[in-house]
Amino acid sequence: MAYAAIADRDQHLHDPDTFITKYIWSQDHKVIAIQYAITAIFVGVVALVLSLLFRLQLGFPDTFNLVDPNQYYQYVTMHGMIMVIYLLTALFLGGFGNYLIPLMCGARDMVFPYMNMLSFWVYLLSVIVLLASFFVPGGPTGAGWTLYPPQAISEGTPGIGGGIVLMLVSLAIFIVAFTMGGLNYVTTVLQARTRGMTLMRMPLAVWGIFVATILGLLAFPALLVAAVMMTLDRVVGTSFFMPEMLSLGRELDYGGGSPILFQHLFWFFGHPEVYIVALPAFGIVSDVLSVHARKNIFGYRMMVWAIVLIGALSFVVWAHHMYVSGMNPYFGFFFATTTLIIAVPTALKVYNWILTLWRGDIHLRVPMLFAIGFIFTFIHGGLTGLFLGNVTVDLPLSDTYFVVGHFHMVMGVSPVLVVFAAIYHWFPKITGRMFNETLGKAHFWLTLLGTYSIYLPMHYLGILGVPRRYYAYGDTEFIPASAQTLNSGITVAALFVAAAQTLFFINVIWSLWKGPKADPNPWRATTLEWMTPDTPPKHGNWGAELPEVHRWPYDYSVPGESEDYIPQTEPPHKGVIAGRDHGVHH
Amino acid sequence: MNISVLFAALGGAILVWLFLLQRLKAKPWVEQGVIEEGGAVNAAPERVGLWVFLAVVTSLFGLFAIVYNMRSQFPDWRPLPDPGLLWVNTVLLILASVALQRARSAVAREDLDGLKPNLVAGGLLTIAFLGGQLLVWRQLILSGYYLATNPADAFFYILTALHGLHLAGGLWFWARAAGAVWKGLESRPVTEVAGVRLSVTLCSVYWHYLLLVWLILFGLLLST
Repeated sequence: MAYAAIADRDQHLHDPDTFITKYIWSQDHKVIAIQYAITAIFVGVVALVLSLLFRLQLGFPDTFNLVDPNQYYQYVTMHGMIMVIYLLTALFLGGFGNYLIPLMCGARDMVFPYMNMLSFWVYLLSVIVLLASFFVPGGPTGAGWTLYPPQAISEGTPGIGGGIVLMLVSLAIFIVAFTMGGLNYVTTVLQARTRGMTLMRMPLAVWGIFVATILGLLAFPALLVAAVMMTLDRVVGTSFFMPEMLSLGRELDYGGGSPILFQHLFWFFGHPEVYIVALPAFGIVSDVLSVHARKNIFGYRMMVWAIVLIGALSFVVWAHHMYVSGMNPYFGFFFATTTLIIAVPTALKVYNWILTLWRGDIHLRVPMLFAIGFIFTFIHGGLTGLFLGNVTVDLPLSDTYFVVGHFHMVMGVSPVLVVFAAIYHWFPKITGRMFNETLGKAHFWLTLLGTYSIYLPMHYLGILGVPRRYYAYGDTEFIPASAQTLNSGITVAALFVAAAQTLFFINVIWSLWKGPKADPNPWRATTLEWMTPDTPPKHGNWGAELPEVHRWPYDYSVPGESEDYIPQTEPPHKGVIAGRDHGVHH
Repeated sequence: MNISVLFAALGGAILVWLFLLQRLKAKPWVEQGVIEEGGAVNAAPERVGLWVFLAVVTSLFGLFAIVYNMRSQFPDWRPLPDPGLLWVNTVLLILASVALQRARSAVAREDLDGLKPNLVAGGLLTIAFLGGQLLVWRQLILSGYYLATNPADAFFYILTALHGLHLAGGLWFWARAAGAVWKGLESRPVTEVAGVRLSVTLCSVYWHYLLLVWLILFGLLLST
């Protein structure tokens, strides 16, 4: 079937006429995207508040007494799990994936709109089940976001009653939701692109989301397997993961299970998960940089290959999370090697971003600031990742704040900066209004400098040997008093960053009501989502006819052209062989 | 462990293959105008969606098989007896798959009289298979093999339950296809007839796949 035959096959498009079918039980990918985004950001804020509570404890022990040791572990666990899965995965794929894939590929909607709607509602159910664990006796699980058995379901860990069961059930529900969404994203990219939109003409944002979705579809089953088996261990007393154990001097009924087996399953999911979050961020940041530097992305082909290569390699590095669990030294060698190899395509992407900026016509607008901020934090987090990828360096650092600093730089701050870049970048298209530039810039600087002052000192604490996962340190000989001062400083910075986020919410809400009407293409970008006949795009996206694609998405500042950008829909110019000699730098 | 690395390599290979399929050496910054080649795969989205879903299910059962294999090496593994009824159930599922295959060729010939009995037989045989699996569970429970008795028992229950759930999901799509056929196809517009043909075809693909999964699982259960 030719492109358009599928892309324009509109028998699936329902015509929403009531408020409920338009905004609640909606099958429109744009509405679903916003539903996903609002839900994800809401739980993200819950997780942010939890982090403030335990940061207050760490920074000022014995002062506030807001949390007891059990709550400390519960909040740390919920913070991690919510941020990684229910915020970042859901926001990048369910939110941006849903919004951008059909618009950037030139489709009217996802290919299975009904399943897409179900995906959101099932996701919402998983969030409700997760949050319900705060209200069961014993509270949510405090097993750490990795949920390692045997401690996750043994006496002494908080939340081994309903908490851990609800967590596992919620994860299983999330995976069902993700699978329904993921089938849509992959099939839409493969089958519903408009005429002329080859895979190699897709914007990198779509590439990143596409490959990340494939990773998710193949990796989440590992978490499902682990969750099902651990639920049975907890509820009916099987021994998949539970070894023979004494608890309070009493022998438990478990016997013969392997906790390491769980770790393999968890990280076989867990490492690709890092890239499920990172690849969409890579893609989005590439597009934002290119648009606001008025320059084609440096090495588009290499960027695509790097995304695919990183995706493939991400399945063979998982055990670098398990160096301290004990393993055959040859395994350690193997996984350290693959980990260092994956740095090659990743570094390539970083070079290409910087080379995209080089001699560009850089416009330091809010999305661009966030994208450039991402390059800084990502290089920072990536380099410390090289440290930790080596077994001998990892062993002493593994249980310290160095690791906390590393993964928050690379997987916390970096993707969140891209989330903000993306929200500011597409805000005019999504809402039809402009945001306030000054507030946006203030939000950026406070967030970037604030997060740096949280996580940079953590690396130093880690090298000092301050262990993570502790409720309070008391008098410890090897930890100097100055470390505690630093800890207090980190907490102050965290409160500061959290407060700065109110600027973002004020900006979004104010702009929704009072923001000036946005131009359909305020950044003068080339990609299809800016070419919709209406802003914000109406149901069906394209009016009577689908757009037709004639060129790649990065024709910026083409020499000899009157405008500094050529939309993808623009047919080839007569007599001008665009892209000739000086038009192609690489 | 080694198997999981292999499995990962397989996943990677699929990605690379997908990618090579498209023009690896395309120079999108040079080429202009509408390019007709390199577009969508020549298949309905539902078909592509099903294959992507089968990849996900393969990942799920594949990981279970690996974990089964690893856990069964431990000294506390006590294999459970292989109930004879499982052979009967296996035959039922094979027959269901055959019936759906015949339904598929009937619908391709637009032979309504051949379609109806085969489609119904496929569904009923599947329901019989699921009933048979429940009977096996009952037999095992009566002989004292509970879920938590031994990991071997636990795996048996989980794997059969998971496989059964996937079949039950398939039955939902089967019921929709059967319902559409029953309402009569003669007076329907061409696109709807094509839709029914597609659902019957995809049902048969899904059933063959789940038969394959069952044969592998059954082999795995017999071998330990």
